Amino acid sequence: MEKPELNVEAKLGTLEWRKSPNAHILLRDASENAPCVSKCHDKPCTTVCPAKVYGWEGAHGKIVVNYENCIECGACRMLCPFDNINCDWPDGGFGVKYKYG
Amino acid sequence: MADDYDAIVVGAGPAGVSAALTMARAGLKVALLERGEYPGAKNVQGAVLYSRMLHELVPDFWKDPEAAIERPVVEQKTCVTTEDSWLTFGYKSLKFLEGVPNCYTIIRVKFDRWYAAKAEAAGAELFCGVTVRDALKENGRIVGIKTSDGDELKASVVVACDGVNSLLAQKAGFIDELKPSEVALGAKEVIALEPGVIEDRFQLNPGEGATMELFGSITLGMLGYAFLYTNKETLSLGVGCKLSDYQRKGLRPADHLELIKKHPYVKKLISGGRTLEYSSHLIPEGGYRSMPPLAADGFLVAGDAAQMSNPAYREGSNLAMTAGRLAGETVVAAKKQGDFSKAALSSYVAALRSSYVLSDMEDVQDLERHVESSPDFLEFYPRLACELAHLRFSADGQPKRRHLKQALALLRRRGLLRVARELFPLRKVAV
Repeated sequence: MEKPELNVEAKLGTLEWRKSPNAHILLRDASENAPCVSKCHDKPCTTVCPAKVYGWEGAHGKIVVNYENCIECGACRMLCPFDNINCDWPDGGFGVKYKYG
Repeated sequence: MADDYDAIVVGAGPAGVSAALTMARAGLKVALLERGEYPGAKNVQGAVLYSRMLHELVPDFWKDPEAAIERPVVEQKTCVTTEDSWLTFGYKSLKFLEGVPNCYTIIRVKFDRWYAAKAEAAGAELFCGVTVRDALKENGRIVGIKTSDGDELKASVVVACDGVNSLLAQKAGFIDELKPSEVALGAKEVIALEPGVIEDRFQLNPGEGATMELFGSITLGMLGYAFLYTNKETLSLGVGCKLSDYQRKGLRPADHLELIKKHPYVKKLISGGRTLEYSSHLIPEGGYRSMPPLAADGFLVAGDAAQMSNPAYREGSNLAMTAGRLAGETVVAAKKQGDFSKAALSSYVAALRSSYVLSDMEDVQDLERHVESSPDFLEFYPRLACELAHLRFSADGQPKRRHLKQALALLRRRGLLRVARELFPLRKVAV
């Protein structure tokens, strides 16, 4: 029997983090006038981020940022068509801890 | 004010450790800063390690029973795919095991810990869990760094080896944010399998290794390739494609990886394996043209931070090691002269230029753009190769002279001149 495929949540389940209390990712404009709300149709952060950090909450009309899932690739900064993602490294010693890499 | 160190190296990956090791051996006071809890914690690579460049830094490293290496590679294969067909060609040679073995598969976290310990043993001070937030500048010269804890550390020179997302080089004002077309996004899984199973499936003697890159339908028209490498007790299966392509497709690399696992060829090779770890990382793809200035007053850049990667040859960590060593040697010479100005440190750039590092980067600089100028390049040619192979290997009742006509028709449909124009630039990566 074929094993069920490993979705991104299951893949993230193989990882460990030292979770920081401080968010290292911030939306520069998180207001209701943010470009994510009105201007950004494709929302590439929500479809490409390899750790599914970004989600679109249609009901509240905003992007939610699960920074604790971040595996620190940095792609989101480059992906955002409106330069609205400020993603720096987590503070020293925090964040993802690869065992194999 | 007196400096705390002769040199601060930011990042304990292949470039940073090579630089720190070189300087510490020459008696310099070196701080090696790593933002992870341990070296390797943030690092991802396929991974194939070319031996010669490490051998120059740690002679005969493969004879060290503690060396964090997996399998010496005796066979390197390429596979071009359509959805239901694939053409593989490989080169296997026992010569790869002689003298300085050509390359080893490695697991980066294990390797980076082992390698960083070499720099420590040589006298470099390794500080883990230290995120560098900014460069300290005085009169336009880099004089140190500032950490996320607010500590300031000063040195005659700062060597930025902080990887593809060199926020340090950005904050120091040497590069702008990279564009999605200047990087690839890679995703990977480490998959556990019994060593005997790995050796059977890849036709290897015990302990020996093989590598494979897969092109064609497997990347769904995106610029990139998938790879499958044999470690001791695991396989590394991964894929890297241009970030701009993932952006255009709205595809998550994790999901792409699942599609790759379903390709009949890959499926068989990884069957029964259990995923131990998923990872993802950016790969510099901007090439020669997106390299930052490599030397400035009190500042050097090496490795991924300087976009030093040559994906056409699957090289990167070796470039980082050579560049790190040359950066280290440059600082050692600068210390003797007591001159850490841009002019003095520019001998680093000259050394890179006379090595394979910048020569290779220069030679392949147009290749990606060339391939991208035919958007279906990586779909058309693998399909053509499989169609031609299908004709060659089929006894379909037709006279073979019709096969030849059909084959020519396939090429004519594309246009013979166009085929020539599209394939000719690949001569640069033929040997």
